[in-house]
Amino acid sequence: MTITDRDLERPATAPAFIGISGSRRFRNGLATGAVTVAFLIALVPLVWVIGTVLVKGLGSVLNSAWWSESLNGLLARQEGGGAYHAIVGTLFQGLICAVIATPIGIMVAVYLVEYGGRTRLSKSVTFMVDILTGVPSIVAALFVYAVWISVFGLGRSAFAVSLALVLLMLPVVVRSTEEMLRIVPDDLREASYALGVPKWKTITKIVIPTALSGMLTGIVLALARVMGETAPVLILVAYAPFINFNVFEGNMASLPLMMTVERSNPTDAGADRLWGAAVTLILIITIFQIIAAVLAKATAPKTK
Amino acid sequence: MSDPTTTAGPAGTGDAGDRWGPALADTVVAPEAGISTPDSATPPGEAPGRTFVQRGDRIFRGLATGSGVFVVALVAAIAVFLLVQAVPSVVADQGNFLTGRTFDAGDPTKLNFGILDLLLVTVEVSLFALVLAMPVGLGIALFLTQYAPRQVARPFGYLIDLLAAVPSIIFGLWGLFVLAPVLQPFALWLQDTLGWFFLFSPGNVQIAGATVFTAGIVLAVMILPIITAISREVFARTPRAQIEAALALGATKWEVVRMTVWPFGKAGYVSAAMLGLGRALGETIALTIILAATPQIFGGSLFDGGATFASKIALSFAELNNNLSAGAFIAAGLVLFVLTFVVNAAARWVVARSGAKA
Repeated sequence: MTITDRDLERPATAPAFIGISGSRRFRNGLATGAVTVAFLIALVPLVWVIGTVLVKGLGSVLNSAWWSESLNGLLARQEGGGAYHAIVGTLFQGLICAVIATPIGIMVAVYLVEYGGRTRLSKSVTFMVDILTGVPSIVAALFVYAVWISVFGLGRSAFAVSLALVLLMLPVVVRSTEEMLRIVPDDLREASYALGVPKWKTITKIVIPTALSGMLTGIVLALARVMGETAPVLILVAYAPFINFNVFEGNMASLPLMMTVERSNPTDAGADRLWGAAVTLILIITIFQIIAAVLAKATAPKTK
Repeated sequence: MSDPTTTAGPAGTGDAGDRWGPALADTVVAPEAGISTPDSATPPGEAPGRTFVQRGDRIFRGLATGSGVFVVALVAAIAVFLLVQAVPSVVADQGNFLTGRTFDAGDPTKLNFGILDLLLVTVEVSLFALVLAMPVGLGIALFLTQYAPRQVARPFGYLIDLLAAVPSIIFGLWGLFVLAPVLQPFALWLQDTLGWFFLFSPGNVQIAGATVFTAGIVLAVMILPIITAISREVFARTPRAQIEAALALGATKWEVVRMTVWPFGKAGYVSAAMLGLGRALGETIALTIILAATPQIFGGSLFDGGATFASKIALSFAELNNNLSAGAFIAAGLVLFVLTFVVNAAARWVVARSGAKA
């Protein structure tokens, strides 16, 4: 009996780890490839849309008149003028909406987190907020039309648009605020109660300041979203090529409305204004998102 | 405000769902224990301190509860007001509201409108978008939660969320002016090779690309971030122990996904898709821009034009000045509201049911 080197090198038992078979390896690779491709597919429209808007619209935006003049008195085919009237309209309508929707939304979230518990009312509020999240913007606009114009007999105005936007913004504010309030540690509340602080003061002085950073981000992001809504402005206010600061009366422009109007303008001037307004809208939304990020940093609770 | 439970006992005991309710009430107002509230210098046992605490709490609680009730009332009011405005017009409708295929509501003395065509176009374009967006959304959610390295998963996720921040009017303009011409050769090829099937038969619009086909693709892009965001959340909650157990048994990444992540997140993914569908059904301005109006009835082809509920309302509503014509469109809006309500409620139900099981 001779022991060769080969025998010595051979393991006494079969290895515990068996290599992954070819078909499993292939399927794994296929899946990895598929999910990566899915992600890349989603980036295509994002880059394409933003690229298109910038290429077509940047020219008209890089002009100081764009930010300081309206289109008052200009013919459809005349170049020149700006989007000041529409920017003002968009900001006004958005801010009025935020002023109404924010306090209500925060109080609903406070109710759900601090008071509601598992009562039937709290369950129905949660359900209704979910439903409200899914209400199409056109339905919100029709509702405001039915109440504001058909029943109350008031005219179309920018304020009616703000009311419709409230319906769209409210559920988003509730959702984000609720999430933020829920992650405030119970220890903080209990410490406050232990010092004898009443519940409402605990909420306003301890819970909300702790959650403030996230709440503000949610609110500003919600505002950025509703400012791009087109359906309410189509139905609830008429376009004006001039500047109007009165939200309760008269026609008022806004960037989405300006875009829908200029879309039917077949001249080069119309196309410039259309895409210029698109760039402006994206720019405003981006600015609000940056504000949200800055606010989140600035108001974050100091941990040290 | 009108909350009987708060007025019944000492401050706080009315907080039915409050974990600290009774205990807190004892601390705050228990004079016997000798603890005084820090915000009032009133000696223990005296009424003013007690009423002060109670009043502030009662007002704040009332405001919060009132806001909650307001939301419930708001949704109810939407349904009621739309219904009240819609009924007279539906009664005055000379056609059949449910099976009519034309929508002529401009003349209040001769209303003749039906929602069948609107419904068919709305459902077809939304389902087409969903069919496109569902697999891609699933892939993205899996990529971001399971495959992408942790450092880049967050910024990549932010990129997808950016899609949701682009206003729909911009998607609409991009769809009609930029995407539609690019898609046109492919659309023609589909019509040539698969034209025998009703979905791909040549359509009834003259404007190239102003079809359900283009609209569905744009809509798919728009609902993608919704589907992705919710699926991502669910997939990320897969118990770490299960994933590691599968890995320890020698599973490949794909097998881990198939055996732990997918069963765990399936219900969440389905509900995410339904929420995306709800969004697609109600999308207004992008479809108003893309879909070409056509006097012909909808033939079911992806290359037809037409109008959805929302785009029909948006196209015609601005010129309306009488309540009867407006009512006709509000009736269509009401149907859309019910449709999205059902889809959204079903989505929540799917989640709630799976949550109960888990």
